[in-house]
Amino acid sequence: MKRKLVSVLVCAAMAATVLAGCGNKAAETTTTDTAAEETTEEAADTAASGDLIKVGIINNDPNESGYRTANDADMKAMFTEENGYEASFAYSLKNDEQITAAQKFIQDGVDYLLLSAADTAGWDTVLMDAQAAGTRVILFDRTIDADESLYEASIVSDMEAEGQTAVDWLAGQGLEEYNIIHIQGVMGSAAQQGRTGALDAMVEANDNWNLVTQQTAEWNAEKAQQIVQSVIDSGEEFNVIYAENDDMAKGAVAALDKANISHGVDGDVIIMGFDTNTWALEELLAGNWNYDGQCNPFQASYIDEVIKTIESGGTIEQKVIIMEEKGFDAETITQEDIDTYGI
Amino acid sequence: MQTNETKKTGASAFLGKMVRKQVMIPLAALLILFLFNLIMDPSFFKIELGYNSAGNPVLSGFLITILDSGSELAILAIGMTLVTAATGGQDISVGATTAIAGSVLLRVLCGTNSRPETLQAPIIVAFLAACVVAMLFGAFNGVLVAVFKIQPMIATLILYTAGRSIAAWINNNELPVVSDKTLTYFGEFIPGIPIPTPFFIAVACMIVIGLVLKFTNLRLYTQAVGINENSSRLNGLNPVFIKILSFVILGLCVAVVGLIKVSRISTINYSVIAKDIEMDAILAVALGGNALSGGKFNMTASIIGAYVIQCLTTTLYKFQVRSDALPAYKAIVVIVLVIVSAPVVREKFNAFMAKRKVKEAA
Amino acid sequence: MEENAVLQMRNIHKSFPGVKALSGVDFTLRKGEIHALMGENGAGKSTLIKVLTGVYTKDEGHIYLDGHEKEVAIRSPQEAQKLGISPVYQEITLCPNLSVAENMYIGRTPGAMQNWRKMNKDADRLLKSLDIPAKATQQLSTCSIAVQQMIAIARAVDTDCKVLILDEPTSSLDEQEVEKLFKLMRDLRERGVGIIFVTHFLDQVYEVCDRITVMRDGCLVGEYEIKDLPRVQLVSKMLGKELDDLSDIHGEYKSYEKKEGELPVFEVEKLHSNAGIKPFNFHIDKGEVNGFTGLLGSGRSECVRAIFGADHVVGGTVKKNGKTVKITKPIDAMRQGIGYLPEDRKRDGIIGDLSVRDNIILAQQVLRGFLKPYSRAEADKIADEYIKLLNIKTASADTPIKSLSGGNQQKVILARWLLTHPEYLILDEPTRGIDVGTKVDIQKLVLKLASEGMSVTFISSEMDEMLRTCSRLIVMRDRRVVGELTGSDLNQTSIMSTIAGGDK
Repeated sequence: MKRKLVSVLVCAAMAATVLAGCGNKAAETTTTDTAAEETTEEAADTAASGDLIKVGIINNDPNESGYRTANDADMKAMFTEENGYEASFAYSLKNDEQITAAQKFIQDGVDYLLLSAADTAGWDTVLMDAQAAGTRVILFDRTIDADESLYEASIVSDMEAEGQTAVDWLAGQGLEEYNIIHIQGVMGSAAQQGRTGALDAMVEANDNWNLVTQQTAEWNAEKAQQIVQSVIDSGEEFNVIYAENDDMAKGAVAALDKANISHGVDGDVIIMGFDTNTWALEELLAGNWNYDGQCNPFQASYIDEVIKTIESGGTIEQKVIIMEEKGFDAETITQEDIDTYGI
Repeated sequence: MQTNETKKTGASAFLGKMVRKQVMIPLAALLILFLFNLIMDPSFFKIELGYNSAGNPVLSGFLITILDSGSELAILAIGMTLVTAATGGQDISVGATTAIAGSVLLRVLCGTNSRPETLQAPIIVAFLAACVVAMLFGAFNGVLVAVFKIQPMIATLILYTAGRSIAAWINNNELPVVSDKTLTYFGEFIPGIPIPTPFFIAVACMIVIGLVLKFTNLRLYTQAVGINENSSRLNGLNPVFIKILSFVILGLCVAVVGLIKVSRISTINYSVIAKDIEMDAILAVALGGNALSGGKFNMTASIIGAYVIQCLTTTLYKFQVRSDALPAYKAIVVIVLVIVSAPVVREKFNAFMAKRKVKEAA
Repeated sequence: MEENAVLQMRNIHKSFPGVKALSGVDFTLRKGEIHALMGENGAGKSTLIKVLTGVYTKDEGHIYLDGHEKEVAIRSPQEAQKLGISPVYQEITLCPNLSVAENMYIGRTPGAMQNWRKMNKDADRLLKSLDIPAKATQQLSTCSIAVQQMIAIARAVDTDCKVLILDEPTSSLDEQEVEKLFKLMRDLRERGVGIIFVTHFLDQVYEVCDRITVMRDGCLVGEYEIKDLPRVQLVSKMLGKELDDLSDIHGEYKSYEKKEGELPVFEVEKLHSNAGIKPFNFHIDKGEVNGFTGLLGSGRSECVRAIFGADHVVGGTVKKNGKTVKITKPIDAMRQGIGYLPEDRKRDGIIGDLSVRDNIILAQQVLRGFLKPYSRAEADKIADEYIKLLNIKTASADTPIKSLSGGNQQKVILARWLLTHPEYLILDEPTRGIDVGTKVDIQKLVLKLASEGMSVTFISSEMDEMLRTCSRLIVMRDRRVVGELTGSDLNQTSIMSTIAGGDK
């Protein structure tokens, strides 16, 4: 009896997780399965007409991060009836659930399968099925370990490039000496590796570039605050904070504010963040921060372009498409930029 | 908080008595950490008075940082000690419920707009709302434990799993940012006062719990229920109510911690706010020498235990130990603690003390 | 060396910090005898047993086995076991969720492999030869406590034990079970096993033992043949003083005089709880001492638990001085002025880790309410008063109650209820497992309280104790009230026949 009760409660908790996870974005249709599907219902009526292109979109849980929320919203905004699409969505952070969803989409006979895979491995079989069924596959955001012939295109961010853009910008500031507090993301993640790599190389190459400390705050603002606080308390000199996302930059700035260390434009410490959260860009506009690197979640327009090309009989020349990603400088950012690029 | 100084005879008797005192366990740990820092780098103890970017006088230094950052842990240790004493188990959902409390707080402050120009409600209203919600979730845990007799760790596993999603759901997955400076007073400084506010909040919580323990029977009832539920019932106590009460009090602590955490960065990140804090809170209770199987407890020792953990964390940051390696160091502390408090070791130690006494007498 | 001796302990000394627990104790156990080890709580019996079984190491002295000249060193329970010294404790130390056979052979088989069939066969043979009503494959927890105890003994016997130590084995058994146990003990005596029997029950000592060794305050008082030592002398040797006649304490206190037309203090009608007792009627007058009697499991404890609201009450009414009151949980009963000292002291009575002081004030504190704690000074004053009043032996009021001896723990619980100044006090087995001196103290206290107007219900497994204290006995059988005895009917024979249910 007791055991039963526990399991019922745990199930209820999981269901709650899923429901909460779909949150407002999924509010129009209620889902109970983790690899939940949502078919835009009104689209189904007109599907028979054949005018609409059927796409099945498999994404990660939009609750995973602000980046993912923006990404999902972008996809939802692009693949609508007005734009000539009939879209179905499936969300999961688990590979096997994603594969199940993919198989279902193929059976449903979608024209395009858009995939942001949870894991890089294990996709060969299902992609071959897709090919056999005449379903074209486009990868977005994340690549997978599969032969290039199995998909039409792969639209991704280049994290190394993001890091390099940021470091180049920093080098352009022309400081005499660079004493950097480097706050890293979760170790081993693609974003951390890309953004760390560029900075490490620069520090290696230049004598006047020093790392005061290099610590992971695991994307966590509180930890970042503690790390910077510790450096301040030990009285070491620094003039740059290179945080690998906006949250951590915010935590770092909170520590500086406490200790009366000026930062941002005309301040003593240069603040750098990533991900172009709207609030972060606002900090830039206010001159509190100096730089924010974009990690572009808006792949939908690129995908749309690829589909249009294929539909009109064209060929995709380069399978791997790297998105254009900007770096924003506090001195040049405008409100327009914030409205366009803020997530 | 329970001291009963009786006459001591001789220095060694005094020493023996002190060593047996529970509060000595975290104090000894603190002393070791302080000694280590004193030898490695005395600047650890330096405290400076400066002015922050808002022009307020502020104290800074590692010790201040410990008092500041240790506040949340100390507050949680209060509730966790009571839950541990009454139920013989621990609440592992406090990190997730902190996220919920913080989310409710921001939801009330921001209304429907995630980035309001002005606050939509007074902070006190938002805080009270967070308290009510956190206490309700506490009561939920308490009911599972007390009424349905589910082990605390299992019962709280439910919110541990679902809590952060619920927190995100409360704010429609948006990340509200508060620009009003008043909110930062709770996590940083009140203008004109050079000591971080979280420390005052923690002290206020300690005073409140101290008064509650002095002027009510909370200690006696909680201990009695934790030690022998049957006997307690036959003495007219209601064990179910007392267990739920302990979870509700913990819920209140969680709401206070939620306020501090949100105030520190004026926003929230559902997946990382107060991450792993439940483990530190449980460790604080253990470090205070309290039996995790419930029963008697020493609140002072738990609170000192919380600051010891923060002291360890700050020390490790100072020596630039990789922050993702911190749990490994805490694990070492746990191992030492478990060994020191093991009955076998205590017996040996007592035997050793007794021998010394006999020798001195001879 | 004495002939026939399986065990000789000579001049044993053992000290703990601040206490001399044993000073120069001798003890001799002969082949094929049942030897009672007697003494009040704190006399040193347990310490002596623990030295013998290797739990403690002796400071001084010698132990010889089997009449050998060479002394043996016992440094751990395992070594004692190897030498053939097997203890069976009051609390069963077996694993309830394993089978009987597994319990008998666990940890004794060489290597990791186990021949289950052979094990079960051996176990069955042994159980049969000792006439123990259990099957090898039965799960232990399905056996009664008595059978479990016998299985523990069987396990000890099978390890080729020469010295079997039974520490309070009968305290949770009813009379039939005790008889079975005695039969087993006599059987073993025939086989030449030496048995050390530690108990508080004088009747049992005289029924089954051959010799008695008496200890007091860590010293040996003497060793006696059972036929040379009348009971009264045994008791006086244990207490170290001449004892006034135990059977006549009634006369010391005037019984409370009932006024005309006074209603019973408490009266219950068709009370009925979920603990499996039939609805029963009961009343108690002011200043009366009555008792429930019957065999273990006859429902006597369940009746008083129902009155106190300790079990879930499903029907019936309770009247106090003629007015109906509602009692559904213990706090209701306490507010109506009922105190209840439960049967199982360890499970339902003490709060083990709390101090004597906290244990004393607990019930009264709960009555006073959550927001009105006693100050430390008040609590200390109360604790000291009752420690003195009931002569509780404790190092201080701060000492955890669990470190007190059983009798003193019982006095603390008694103090707890006396502090609430109840109109009606229920004492369920208040004298179980405590020494003779304390027993008499408690009996006297009950009569004194009654003479002052308190109503008391007294339950005990010892019939003569009931006869000495109660003026009315309610007899129970098979979970229902079957009779009520007063006046001249209060004697062993009529109680027996009422319990048995015949018309003898």
